[in-house]
Amino acid sequence: MSDYLIQQIVNGLSLGSLYALVAIGFSLIYGVIRLVNFAHGDLLMIGAFMTFGLVASDMVPWAAIPLLVLAGGFAAGGLIERVAFRSISGAPMITGFIVTLSASIAIQNLALIFLGSQPRNFNFPEVFRMRLPIGGADVALIDIVIPAVTLLCALGLTTFIRRTRVGIAIRAVAENPFAAQLMGISIGRLVFLVFGLGGALAALAGLFWSGKYGQINPLMGFLPGLKAFLATIIGGVGSLPGAIAGGYILGFSEIAFVGFLPPEYSGYRDAFVFGLLILILLVRPQGLFGEAEQERA
Amino acid sequence: MLRVEDLHVDRGRTKVLQGINLSVEPGEIATLIGANGAGKTTTLMTLSGLLPIAGGRAEFRAERGPLDIGATSPVGLVRAGIIHCPEGRQIFGRLSIEENLQLGAYLSNDRDRIAQAVADIYEWFPILGERRALKAGNLSGGEQMMLAIGRALVAEPKLLLLDEPSLGLAPQITEEIFDALGKLNREKGVTMLIVEQNAMLALELADRAFVIENGRIVLTGTGKELLDDPAVFEAYLGVG
Ligand SMILES: Nc1ncnc2c1ncn2[C@@H]1O[C@H](COP(=O)(O)OP(=O)(O)O)[C@@H](O)[C@H]1O
Ligand SMILES: [Mg+2]
Repeated sequence: MSDYLIQQIVNGLSLGSLYALVAIGFSLIYGVIRLVNFAHGDLLMIGAFMTFGLVASDMVPWAAIPLLVLAGGFAAGGLIERVAFRSISGAPMITGFIVTLSASIAIQNLALIFLGSQPRNFNFPEVFRMRLPIGGADVALIDIVIPAVTLLCALGLTTFIRRTRVGIAIRAVAENPFAAQLMGISIGRLVFLVFGLGGALAALAGLFWSGKYGQINPLMGFLPGLKAFLATIIGGVGSLPGAIAGGYILGFSEIAFVGFLPPEYSGYRDAFVFGLLILILLVRPQGLFGEAEQERA
Repeated sequence: MLRVEDLHVDRGRTKVLQGINLSVEPGEIATLIGANGAGKTTTLMTLSGLLPIAGGRAEFRAERGPLDIGATSPVGLVRAGIIHCPEGRQIFGRLSIEENLQLGAYLSNDRDRIAQAVADIYEWFPILGERRALKAGNLSGGEQMMLAIGRALVAEPKLLLLDEPSLGLAPQITEEIFDALGKLNREKGVTMLIVEQNAMLALELADRAFVIENGRIVLTGTGKELLDDPAVFEAYLGVG
């Protein structure tokens, strides 16, 4: 294998992982309450700025930063649920659409006011910017760490949903909230938990994003959020494996378009990526892993 | 165990329940019968805290003293022992049989007790035990009803609310289900309030019966009394 190819595969895995981390939250939230949370991408930005702040403050040990970012992302996700979503529970779908879109704009503007519109350069310390020789290619350590951590998160979350009592309850609420209530399940608490979990993973993606690209700004969550949303659709909304697969499909195709198309086209990579999405949906409208929409009880 | 006095409940702008009076004593089977749209499901949903009470009172006599149903959350009512087995079964079709039963005991933290309760259900309904790993959506209607009852029993109900257990089942299956309910009441002492359109079956089983019409209780008696009542016979038991 050429070192160029290895490099591209690593890039695809790394970028795909970031999309997957964000897509998981989209999918979880949609799966449980049939809501597309448009503010979800902004949690990536919040995670990135938390990382920036924690690093700049120089007050916490390095190892604690990812844990704090996860916790902060959980809190931020939960806050969105409490403030934006809970107030409209029971309202029609379109209300949720508008409310989360408004929440997104509010978060972005608050960030612009308090953090400034200038992009900030910020680099992880030297040790975390190590490069490794793999099969002749010169690979950034972080591009290995990102897929590895994503894999761990995905496995952990899947096990949680499949095996634990709360995980079973989450699936029950997703399928039939009315019957779930009769089991003594508090739907509000589970919805909060799901927003929190999604927020934690999106914030973690923000930490990785800032480390990988070395630059952050208040609007940085928008495009990755949009693409992660597409990843969920490609995978089949509401399906966790689908969201993860969708993230990687998107990451790889984006890298492939940039890496293998003639350079004059690489500026149009998003057009190609979105074109691919349309193609996939033409063939499989319910997404790769989605079940054809069933009637709900 | 359950005392309902002059209960009024609205759904949207419709005044659906307009003065329900009924009571259920510990250990007995009570039944609420009436035509489609009379307000039976509304009554049960109110008793499990899913609909607000517009007037009157519903009180559950729990071990720890009386509980005002209107002032208690759905979770609180499940915890107190009011378990609702809903109309149309509403099992979780994408979850396994085992997972469905586990969810019945969602509020319990006693793993050994849950395991024992689930094992008991498999003993009562062996067919469920044989298929415990199967997705519940694959079960037949009668088996789904067994699962719905099993799921409710795992919660260790003090008062079991059953909404039309016969709905959509073949007559022979319905009889099996009602036999099982009678046996559960005799052997385990489960107190029940059964809502039915199939009045004959329900009255044969019930110690106490209430007839509901347009959101009001119009007749009360023992199951036998109502079975022998010509008015009831004409309205609910006659042909058509
Ligand atoms: N979700 C609802 N919103 C408004 N009205 C309802 C709703 N569900 C039932 N109703 C009305 O309440 C009345 C009683 O319904 P229900 O309690 O389901 O009757 P039953 O179970 O005896 O067939 C009916 O007239 C029905 O139209
Ligand atoms: Mg009904």
